[in-house]
Amino acid sequence: MSILYQKVQKVIGPLLFLKNKHDVQYEEIVKVQMEDKSTRFGQVVKMDEEIIVVELFESTKGISSQNTKILFTRDTFKIKISDTDMFGQTFNSLGKPIDLETKKELKYNLLTDQEKDIYAYPINPFARDYPSEVIQTGISVIDGLFTLIRGQKLPIFSGQGLSHNKLATQIVTQARVLTEEPFLIIFCGIGIIEDDAIKFLKAFRESGNIQNIISFMNFASDPVMERLIIPRVALTTAEYFAFEKDMHVLVILIDMTNYAEALRELSSAKEEIPSRKGYPGYLYSDLASIYERTGKIKGKTGSITQIPILTMKNDDISDPVPDTTGYITEGQLVLERELHKKGIYPPFDVLSSISRLMKDAIGKETTREDHADVSSQLLSLYSNSLEVRDLLSIVGKEGLSNEQRTILKFGTEFENSFLNQQPNENRDFNQTLSIAWKILSELPRDKLVRIHDKFIDKYYHE
Amino acid sequence: MKSEPKHQNGYISAVNGSLIEIKGLENVVRLHDLIRISKFNILGEVIQIYSDYVIAQCYENTSGLKLKEEVINLGEPLSMELGPGLLSNIFDGIQRPLDRIYSFYQKDGFIKRGLEVKSLSRESKWEFSPYRKTGDNVHPGDIIGTVQETPLINHKILVPPGISGKIMSIAQKGEYTIKDEIYKLKLGEKEKSFTLLQKWPVFSKRPFTRKIQPQEPLITGLRVIDLLFPIVKGGTVAVPGGFGTGKTVIQQTLAKFCDADIIVFIGCGERGNEIADVLKQFSKIIDPKSGRPLIERIVIIANTSNMPVSAREASIFSGVTIAEYYRDMGYNVAVLADSTSRWAESLREISGLLEEMPAEEGYPAYLPSKLSSFYERAGVVELLGRDQKNHTLFGSITIIGSVSPPAGDFGEPVTANTKRFVQALWALDANLAYSKHYPAIDWFMSYSNYPDYLSDWWIERDIHWPELDYDWIQCRSLVNEILSKENELSNILQLVGEENLPEMDKFILFVGEIIREGFLIQSAFDSVDVFTDVNKLLSHIKIILLLYEEGKKLIQQGYFTEDIKNLNVIQKILRIKNNIENEEYKQIFNLKDQLIQEIDQLKLTSGSRK
Repeated sequence: MSILYQKVQKVIGPLLFLKNKHDVQYEEIVKVQMEDKSTRFGQVVKMDEEIIVVELFESTKGISSQNTKILFTRDTFKIKISDTDMFGQTFNSLGKPIDLETKKELKYNLLTDQEKDIYAYPINPFARDYPSEVIQTGISVIDGLFTLIRGQKLPIFSGQGLSHNKLATQIVTQARVLTEEPFLIIFCGIGIIEDDAIKFLKAFRESGNIQNIISFMNFASDPVMERLIIPRVALTTAEYFAFEKDMHVLVILIDMTNYAEALRELSSAKEEIPSRKGYPGYLYSDLASIYERTGKIKGKTGSITQIPILTMKNDDISDPVPDTTGYITEGQLVLERELHKKGIYPPFDVLSSISRLMKDAIGKETTREDHADVSSQLLSLYSNSLEVRDLLSIVGKEGLSNEQRTILKFGTEFENSFLNQQPNENRDFNQTLSIAWKILSELPRDKLVRIHDKFIDKYYHE
Repeated sequence: MKSEPKHQNGYISAVNGSLIEIKGLENVVRLHDLIRISKFNILGEVIQIYSDYVIAQCYENTSGLKLKEEVINLGEPLSMELGPGLLSNIFDGIQRPLDRIYSFYQKDGFIKRGLEVKSLSRESKWEFSPYRKTGDNVHPGDIIGTVQETPLINHKILVPPGISGKIMSIAQKGEYTIKDEIYKLKLGEKEKSFTLLQKWPVFSKRPFTRKIQPQEPLITGLRVIDLLFPIVKGGTVAVPGGFGTGKTVIQQTLAKFCDADIIVFIGCGERGNEIADVLKQFSKIIDPKSGRPLIERIVIIANTSNMPVSAREASIFSGVTIAEYYRDMGYNVAVLADSTSRWAESLREISGLLEEMPAEEGYPAYLPSKLSSFYERAGVVELLGRDQKNHTLFGSITIIGSVSPPAGDFGEPVTANTKRFVQALWALDANLAYSKHYPAIDWFMSYSNYPDYLSDWWIERDIHWPELDYDWIQCRSLVNEILSKENELSNILQLVGEENLPEMDKFILFVGEIIREGFLIQSAFDSVDVFTDVNKLLSHIKIILLLYEEGKKLIQQGYFTEDIKNLNVIQKILRIKNNIENEEYKQIFNLKDQLIQEIDQLKLTSGSRK
């Protein structure tokens, strides 16, 4: 049963103010019927005995105080999820299938009666299973140095104009679990440009992997408020497939900066007190309510892994969005401009990147026995080589010792052979480690202090 | 006048986020009383009272609430259930038992709304041994009997605060649940029976006789802390650091190895996987003394970042109340709160909903007073109760709170205000972390006001070497001196290059490096390095300082830093941390002899260079 309302008293930004006459539910979903019979959705965000405040997920353009009909649905925000006909499809922020070219909702309904509330309950921390199994992305720098673990949230901090779209595409098309278990990728575009969206979808189709991908798209031109909904719609879908259908789900959220800006816009429309750079004080809790929908649960075989991608303003990692994200996630992958300009792809700032869950998950049983040693050796040598590079600019090549020149050469080799990779080049763990040994073997054995002798004996080649 | 039954029900008149406005209770509730929304079984706490309505914050999501729904006044503030069954358990911010919620009610792994589960199990049986007999007069804090709560901890059953009387009856040794009557007291004219369970409101301190000055260190096993920035049992310390600087690793290391009897670990607004990690690690790690898993001395309060914000606000007070309960049994308790910034943010969020006038960065003006009301609950106290021989008893609470300043800016309100209320600061530095110097405790920004309290304790345990007559306090100040000289010199070094430094300065730079690499850096993942005890700490720092003093003499005699660098013993000194177990600290004495010998040898072979 729905209740009909007529009169809007006040419209401020995305907020509608109505006179309270009926007993509505807090956070109830509201349908707004426009003059032209089209409908928009909103949600009750505040109510007292006189006034109800409704936040519209979509634009408030064209709302009038007389001719707009408002319908209370008596329900909170739910989406339909289907086991059968979602794979390979694209959906909008209301969870409806869309046609990417026209951006229109498709006419067909999902074959399902599964309905899920998009605001999930928190996972009981006691019920969490500590993540310890790997995902292979086929990208050397990630697999080798910052291995992604099932149940981890590992963001990519990028900047305007850096190659994060390419990287996202490569992860989506190549990522896999090393077992035979079912694997699903949920791609969620937040405020992305249409051209990019089409490019993504084209690449997904061409990969031949499209049946393992479900996409959710909110375009740059879509109403800002929808950006606050779409990651939750995507994650609700992920939770269903992970925890009720035993799948390993990898969720890509791109670009979380657009999400945070939408949150800031809404907060300012609600006249809330801002904290840093105009973002609301609850930015942390709000982002956590998205990022924490990741993990494994005891007694269930599925898992949710998240790669949120965000662009740092002016490449500033201390901006509230990357800063807050870094506090919630289990590590971060940072892209940088210098390498990008040199033409290195993916342009990882290796020294600021870290995967916190990696140490317990790699090794003999999962990847390879020498993995931990090799990764720590590469990092420390590369860090040395960057120091030498700094020195080089002061003292010149003549001022360097032979040892320093070797290290310098290693740094270049590392960037060109290990870091650098074709956007369609899929390297498994073995190949990644072989490349690592190829460049390590160009150094004298006694430089490899972080690698156990038995692995040097086995893998080092003159 | 006819007395009417008190009107205890009200109704919802507005909803805004986690806040609800209630009409009908304004004349009956007291501030901080709990209310319950009957239809959904949601708990809340009254935080403002007006003439015609009250405001309550709900501990759970308010989605789906309607106006006019019934609200019941529970007539008591948020209280902890205190009794056997706390240890090795995990609770949320309002003490709902997360393990039993999972095992018995919500097997799917999520925490649904409106679930009511008693904090402590009513079914578990505990072996009670009486300590008093019928006819004894007992007073608050007196021990009635004991329960072996875990193999590590003997739980003392105390007479609750405010209760004095004569024991009318007391249970015999045997198994009881926390519902069973254990003893009966005659209080004036009336008799009252008591169980193993008592309750205490989280926002009130549990009473004690008096606070006394702390004088014993809390040994953490981390060298940089125990030598340079020590903390006492009963002290307070804040650990600020940006993300990736290793706050959580430090907190977890302390929880594992510090020499407190009981740990209350409060995961406040942090990652869910971290709690899973803590649970997994602590069940695995075995206490060397008893051979039992460490989890048996730990109570975990977990309110992760995605759990309701108002319960997060309560969580640190819930934790400290449980800590006070064990303190009252005479234990040294350490409260580890990770992170107090998330707690402060929950205050800010609620304050924002209340539309209060903000002070800095949106934080409410009462942030400092709330912070102090938390840290002030630390301390060493003389307990109310006495033992059977009427001796006074002591217990302590140490609070170690991590702070997560946005963008690593220590000037932000939470860090700045916390510094006012703590006696020690372990400042974590991103640059140190970046260069893999862990624990990334910055020795210039950190401080501790406790060393003066501790000199006697350390003198009693000192290791006497005829070659070096420094006690702990002197070692500290010399290390500080070397590190600050090193810092000055390394600035000059960058301008003039190492070649152009005087020999003595080169030597100081060298010793500085040994202190940093061989002493301050400590691996949490190396089984030997992870914990350094008192004996090893003293011998370890002394051999480095002996090298410094003897080396200085050599330099004055015209020897070069290179000569000293080439001594064989140097490499061994650098590896003391990984190669010498705590029990084998006397091996360092041998190294000392070797050092002296090699120096003599050097003099013998090359003579004075002058």
